[in-house]
Amino acid sequence: MTTIVIKTIARVLVPFLQLFGFYIIVHGPVSPGGGFQGGVIVGASMILLALSYDLSSAEDRASHKVRIIMDSTGALLFAGIGLLCLLVGGVFLEYGIIPLPMAPAEVRGLMILLVGVAIGIHIMALAASLFLHLAEEHDT
Amino acid sequence: MILELIVANFPYFVSVVLFLVGLYAMIVRRNLIKKIMGLNILSTSVFLYLISVAYKEGGAPPIRVSEVEVYVNPLPHALVLTGIVVALALTSFALVLTIKIYKEYGTLDSDKLMDL
Amino acid sequence: MDHSPILVVITPFVGAYLSPLLGLWRERLCYPVAVAAALLSLFFSFRLAGSVLTSGTIRYWVGGWEPPWGIELVVDPLSAFMCLTISLVSLLAVIYSKNFIEKELPRGKMTSYYTLILLLIGGMLGVVVTGDLFNLFVLTEIFSVAAYALVAISGKRGSFIGSYRYLILASIGTSLILLGTGYLYIITGTLNMADLAVRLPAFYDSWVVFGALAFLLIGFGIKTALFPLHTWLPGAYSIAPAPVTAIFSAVVSKVGGYSLIRVLFTIFGLEFITDLVPVAPALTWVAAATILVASMFAISQTSLMRMLAYSSVAHIGYVVLGVALAVEMGMTGGILHIFNHALATGCLFFCAGAVIYKTGIRHIDDLRGLGGKIPLTMAAFTLAAASKVGIPPSAGFVSKFYLSLGALEAGEWIFVIVILLASLMSAVFYLRVINLIFFGGDKHEVRRDELPLSMLFPIIILALGCAVFGIFVGIPLQLVEPAVMVLSEL
Repeated sequence: MTTIVIKTIARVLVPFLQLFGFYIIVHGPVSPGGGFQGGVIVGASMILLALSYDLSSAEDRASHKVRIIMDSTGALLFAGIGLLCLLVGGVFLEYGIIPLPMAPAEVRGLMILLVGVAIGIHIMALAASLFLHLAEEHDT
Repeated sequence: MILELIVANFPYFVSVVLFLVGLYAMIVRRNLIKKIMGLNILSTSVFLYLISVAYKEGGAPPIRVSEVEVYVNPLPHALVLTGIVVALALTSFALVLTIKIYKEYGTLDSDKLMDL
Repeated sequence: MDHSPILVVITPFVGAYLSPLLGLWRERLCYPVAVAAALLSLFFSFRLAGSVLTSGTIRYWVGGWEPPWGIELVVDPLSAFMCLTISLVSLLAVIYSKNFIEKELPRGKMTSYYTLILLLIGGMLGVVVTGDLFNLFVLTEIFSVAAYALVAISGKRGSFIGSYRYLILASIGTSLILLGTGYLYIITGTLNMADLAVRLPAFYDSWVVFGALAFLLIGFGIKTALFPLHTWLPGAYSIAPAPVTAIFSAVVSKVGGYSLIRVLFTIFGLEFITDLVPVAPALTWVAAATILVASMFAISQTSLMRMLAYSSVAHIGYVVLGVALAVEMGMTGGILHIFNHALATGCLFFCAGAVIYKTGIRHIDDLRGLGGKIPLTMAAFTLAAASKVGIPPSAGFVSKFYLSLGALEAGEWIFVIVILLASLMSAVFYLRVINLIFFGGDKHEVRRDELPLSMLFPIIILALGCAVFGIFVGIPLQLVEPAVMVLSEL
């Protein structure tokens, strides 16, 4: 049962939820939080949309295809950063070795941020998928 | 005496009780959804145990700030976070299975499902 | 710097996430991706085995962080041996999947099938190369979740219930493993296996250590399907698609056994498990019970897949029995049996899948006269069955021979009787099937017609392996003997 009150509140809330999620993701290297937590929050905004409106409006914004692409690219980005470290002569995920014009500690911070973003992309697609698939199963 | 022991180790006792409740639900309850709830209670009890072990009186979050002396041990938190992700995956997959089973057989009673 | 330890794990995972991307575009691209990933894993496994043989145990620090702070990958001879077994059987199973999956799975499941099977392979390879107890737990979960999904993927009647039962029982095991890991961390302050082994002796009289050992044993016992905890296995194995069942029976439960070996020998150490707390002797009895009970159940089955599933439970018992005897011959036999049984059971499940693919038969009585229809497959079946029964000079005979020698070395002659009795029982149920296949008369209208090459190739390779490794025992023993040395030293 969705009323105008729920719909309006959800419509106002969703952008802020997503903004908060992105904040958590990019703030991962310096504070508690990170890719997983932020990704779940962004994914949850899609769940809120599906609950307050209906399934199809959430599907419009995050279709099956988009979710699969985000899911895979997130995971591949993570593996790619790890393998990049191999290519420049380090061991897997040894961020400090990547030749960028800054101090190794800063390179590490930057790479942790990138990995966090990769995980965030992966998880936000996953969290939305978990709910949307379950709901689809139930509908059909 | 016994009471003091319980009060001093309260989180551990709660976690043991939750563990047994969860195990009971998973083994004895016949409803498939209740088994999944049991699974969640069981894993929560393990998380509670790990978290309460890591807790230190007056400990700060493990981010280096100059004036803080005592930090909470971050590693059990990392373990628990990973454990939560695992439990999330298990729960959602189990729920999908339950929906499929209900659609196919029209019941969630494990005893009736055994007879089929 | 050799990066094989991480590459062997990361290749299947990259493949697993590439295949849904490509699957969106062209569904038939998933198969080549999966084969390529499995092939690369096999290549890296060979490199690992080579460098372990020449330069001893490899330690790889992920991220360059020194243990115990960082995560360490440790490849000793046992890990390299498991890597080779896993990636060989997995590659053959992926090759085999092509025609089988197109026929047996509902449309649109192909992408998810290859993704899941690559996750399963990657998870197992991760388990055997990691040197960190918590990583062991996480990777165990990754491959377990992929395994639950693969049981349910066919959508056939009973597959969801089989998967559900597997999930519920195995997740009790999961929680116990996490709890045991937590106990060990709390008392020692480390999760690195080598570090744990150094620090644990100081706490040998502590109840926490006993508790941790008990939790880990039961948890991995469920994953390994030891006797009272095996009930999930036949239901799950008989319902999954045949190539998946082949992987399950050949390596998934062995990986559970591998984790048991790591916990018992690498973390707790030989002295603790045999003298201080007699866990190993207790495990030998559990294993003996597993062997006898599972063989008994196998005789009474009417479905071919279920019979093979019970038979593979029994063979896990041999592996655990040999290792738990904790003498050199027994451990050699147990670890060698991991490989020999993987060859034989993989071949048998491939053949059972081939019968389903060709005729749709699942019942043993309906197999009459198939020997004339698909002769090569059925010849391979016979060879693999001979290896499982332990008829010389097959590979299964060699490992059972070592096991019996080990039992005598340990002075436990009763286990020799158990092994002989169980071999006799397995002769009963395998010979019944073979008799029906070749001499049961002919009642099928099927034309004489061999399988497609992608299915025949893995079957022939594994069947030849059963024969070849019975004669050239030295090849696997090159890795098994150093593995036993490393384990019994600690």
